[in-house]
Amino acid sequence: MIEFKNIRKSFDEKVVLDDVSHVMETGKCNLIIGTSGSGKTVLQKCLVGLFEPDSGEILYDGISFTEMDDDGRKALRQQIGMLFQGSALFDSMTVEQNVMFPLDMFAKMNSSEKLKRVNEVLDRVNLEGANKKFPAEISGGMKKRVGIARAIVLNPKYLFCDEPNSGLDPQTSMVIDKLILEITKEFNMTTVINTHDMNSVMEIGENILYMFEGHKEWTGNNEEIIFSKNEKLNQFIFASKFLQDAKDMRMLEAKGIIADDRNMEDMLNNGEEIK
Amino acid sequence: MTFFTHFGRYLLMLKGMFTRPENLKMYWKEFMHQCNDIGIGSLGIVSIISVFIGAVSAVQTSYQLVSPLIAPETIAQIVRDTVILEFAPTLVCIVLAGVIGSKIASELGNMRVSEQIDALEIMGINTKAYLILPKITAALLTIPLLVIISMVLGIWGGRLAGAASGILSADTFDRGLLLKFIPYNVTFALIKSYTFAFIISSIPAYYGYYVKGGALEIGRSSTKSVVVSCIMLLFADYVLTQMLLTH
Repeated sequence: MIEFKNIRKSFDEKVVLDDVSHVMETGKCNLIIGTSGSGKTVLQKCLVGLFEPDSGEILYDGISFTEMDDDGRKALRQQIGMLFQGSALFDSMTVEQNVMFPLDMFAKMNSSEKLKRVNEVLDRVNLEGANKKFPAEISGGMKKRVGIARAIVLNPKYLFCDEPNSGLDPQTSMVIDKLILEITKEFNMTTVINTHDMNSVMEIGENILYMFEGHKEWTGNNEEIIFSKNEKLNQFIFASKFLQDAKDMRMLEAKGIIADDRNMEDMLNNGEEIK
Repeated sequence: MTFFTHFGRYLLMLKGMFTRPENLKMYWKEFMHQCNDIGIGSLGIVSIISVFIGAVSAVQTSYQLVSPLIAPETIAQIVRDTVILEFAPTLVCIVLAGVIGSKIASELGNMRVSEQIDALEIMGINTKAYLILPKITAALLTIPLLVIISMVLGIWGGRLAGAASGILSADTFDRGLLLKFIPYNVTFALIKSYTFAFIISSIPAYYGYYVKGGALEIGRSSTKSVVVSCIMLLFADYVLTQMLLTH
């Protein structure tokens, strides 16, 4: 569990995070959503220590991260995995070397044990046989999966993902979302995902924090978000006609008026009126 | 940003390099990798430059010393001393500032922009120690060696050009080399090369490590790092010469 209280961060005169508090739960996909410039990336960077908050407290399973010394942070960071927006793979290393890097640095294993572990995680992210390829030779989706493999190779307790679906097609995005959700459940990790992909919100949003202009605007999950009356949230989530229709469908489903898409199709084919 | 802000951040970067390594074996591997990149990678260009510097130096010296009262051995003496005192350490290091400096700045800049440095930080690795220290130590080890190679090749180039153009025979050149040789000159050249090695590795590392933006900024910081390194190198050259060669 990661808890943060009253986080405030500013750059020169501009306040980017203003008194943000929330709890990221263990074993769940915790989403930070919001428009560009709402402060979600800065919040995530504060959580992992890439930025120091001006004030507030961050607790990892009750232990204060903000008051930790460098050695304490170093030790904690070995329990953190992070998937970056651009994957942040080391260009000069192969897929195998990229995934093996944290093991080389921190694990007390021999070469064959390391290789076995690398192959295990590559299998887990469905990347068997890509060991000897360089990042420049693989697709964006594969890079994300290598990034995930590298992030989980040391069995971290906390997984951070910065816009894991950016630049991916909808189908690959779904695969990545599903993979992150499965890994979170399998290893009981506290996963924090920074996204503005609505599909992710609806599919894996078990605990959602909506940021608006640097402050916490709404919290809930993917069920509650449909029925939220928060105007700013609705404008953000259901920005297009298509998404608004999808929301209406979900509401109809929830109220038992229609069971699923097939049911509605049947109703239309039978000439029934849908109000 | 003011000069003092840059200088303060540069000093903090250097201070930040000295922590206990997370894994000594990985640091050693990175150090050897950098030795290969900086040392072996620059050997070709250093060799070519050195031979030609020596050759041109011999021909130009003979062109200026037209008096029959001056012994031809003097040409060898002048070539030897200019190559050892100035051409090998300073000129080679200026070239290396371009070759190595731009490589270090753009490599670190690219790592910063593509979040690879952040990824290492998240893993709990001191990126200043892991990425910058091996580069500086590798430069401190290999650049003085390159300068020694440059001295030898420079003098050899002068000997070759002297003999080939009929200015002075190889035997006369060899005799001249042994006349009034001051071993301290080599020590002085090595002191200079250590200082220059530190300048041309640490300044580009600073500019690359703290780059902000994208591809354009990487290019800008790379250019800036080479310019600043060259200016600092020439300044250090003057200060060291003033300190160590004046009586």
